[in-house]
Amino acid sequence: MAVLVVAAHDGKTVRSNVANAVTAASQMGPEVHVLVAGSNAGEAAKSAAAIQGVAKVLDAEDAAYANWLAEDVAPLVVKLAPNYSHVVMAADSVGKNLAPRVAALLDVAQVSEAIQVVSPDTFVRPIYAGNAMATVQTADKIKIVTIRPTNFKAAATGGAAPIEQIGGTGAGGLASYVGAELSKSERPELTSAKIVVSGGRGLASGENFKMLEALADKLGAGLGASRAAVDAGYVPNDYQVGQTGKVVAPDLYIAIGISGAIQHLAGMKDSKTIVAINKDEEAPIFQVADYGIVGDLFQIVPELTAAVEKK
Amino acid sequence: MKVLVAVKRVIDYNVKIRVKADNTGVETANVKMSMNPFDEIAVEEAIRMKEKGQATEIIAFSAGPAQCQETIRTALAMGADRGVLVQTDAELQPLAVAKLMKAVVDKEQPGLVIVGKQAIDDDSNQTGQMLAALLGWSQGTFANKLNIADGSAEVKREVDGGLENIKIKLPAVITTDLRLNEPRYASLPNIMKAKKKPIEVLAPDALGVDIAPRLKTLKVEEPPKRKSGIKVKTVAELVDKLKNEAGVI
Repeated sequence: MAVLVVAAHDGKTVRSNVANAVTAASQMGPEVHVLVAGSNAGEAAKSAAAIQGVAKVLDAEDAAYANWLAEDVAPLVVKLAPNYSHVVMAADSVGKNLAPRVAALLDVAQVSEAIQVVSPDTFVRPIYAGNAMATVQTADKIKIVTIRPTNFKAAATGGAAPIEQIGGTGAGGLASYVGAELSKSERPELTSAKIVVSGGRGLASGENFKMLEALADKLGAGLGASRAAVDAGYVPNDYQVGQTGKVVAPDLYIAIGISGAIQHLAGMKDSKTIVAINKDEEAPIFQVADYGIVGDLFQIVPELTAAVEKK
Repeated sequence: MKVLVAVKRVIDYNVKIRVKADNTGVETANVKMSMNPFDEIAVEEAIRMKEKGQATEIIAFSAGPAQCQETIRTALAMGADRGVLVQTDAELQPLAVAKLMKAVVDKEQPGLVIVGKQAIDDDSNQTGQMLAALLGWSQGTFANKLNIADGSAEVKREVDGGLENIKIKLPAVITTDLRLNEPRYASLPNIMKAKKKPIEVLAPDALGVDIAPRLKTLKVEEPPKRKSGIKVKTVAELVDKLKNEAGVI
């Protein structure tokens, strides 16, 4: 049986993590289909069809799907699910909102944030903020799985899967979309950036994050933060890296003024190279850092920004 | 309107957990247990609704072993009115908890259910959404701000790109994110008063719910350890290492 990947998108292209989900899905079954639900989502469907390893794209058009309300999209996925062995979504804010609703409507369990596909019914997933790894097996006929995108290589583009138009399921009237307050940034998206510059409480103010922006811009890096920095109002919530925020695994993660609570480490310790800049040499961040500098970040960061070459 | 909040007993978030030597799970004997931090936020939100006159009664729900009564007592000391414990020593997974909660919701008929968006032990992030599905209710997940008015709830949600505003019909399930509020500490007089508040104890069978786990845990292991790194003295040395040793800039 085929595996269905449910793709989040912005109307023009599917999110980059759909390519990671396709890779995970291809390890669960012989054929991968992608569902693109939306209102005028034809362009997004085309971008899904271009992902290698996708055998078919289902383009479900319905005004009710325009803003990804779980109440309205779940019935569509539930309707399609019996044709598939697995339903797979990236564990982002769309997948986390939708997948459990689908699972409960199907009366099946969900495997959350799988980081490895051991076999089609067995998955490895982190628990306790990544301080333990559980291998779980599901006996349910339809397996609902969210995957952690950073643990699966993105499938390449260059495919040309057929796109099938399917009907929508309409609006249930339970929920309506009012609007969004999205952070505007020219920088690379945090979860797919090759380099991430992240700041913590040590920055002491939102104003001081400008210093990190200068470094990030020179490195072509995404900008992140610890929970402490977000709670203090230095930066918006979507910057948060950690157990309950975003999980990143860039080639280079530079943690600046971040002490390294286990909840933060859970979101970044799979990074290839970790740099820590902190004045407290006992800070736990140094236990996971490949390179650490003990000292005043307000001196070190401008010096570092001056020393690196512009990307 | 009645508000039901769910409180889970988990290993305290400050404890460094240990994987059992036989790889069957995580050591919980003689470990400090507390209320799941996201559930504290749920309790706090319900109390604020009561203080604003929007909630008439707050019911704190938990499921698990007898010790979950302590977790419910904490919610009662914060300001919840009474507790319901579905007591079992069996392993409970999110779908089973959602079904138990549905049975209690059917009985109690709250106008709103507030739960933490995830528990810090299994990190599933499922129960609230599952409960909303089973009840056929709307869901306001990862709530950053909640406003109740005219039979509906305006929910500001924390999403990947920032914040999103939705309006959902009541009754609804809300799941809390970190910035929704800052939970209060229970005062000593309130802790004393909480001892007199009632907790109803039910059995899963009495609710007619099958709680058999759907996922089988084959093993639990330590994560791979990072090899320890080095400290460098100067920025020049750091840039050199990043360029020539790690090859990342």
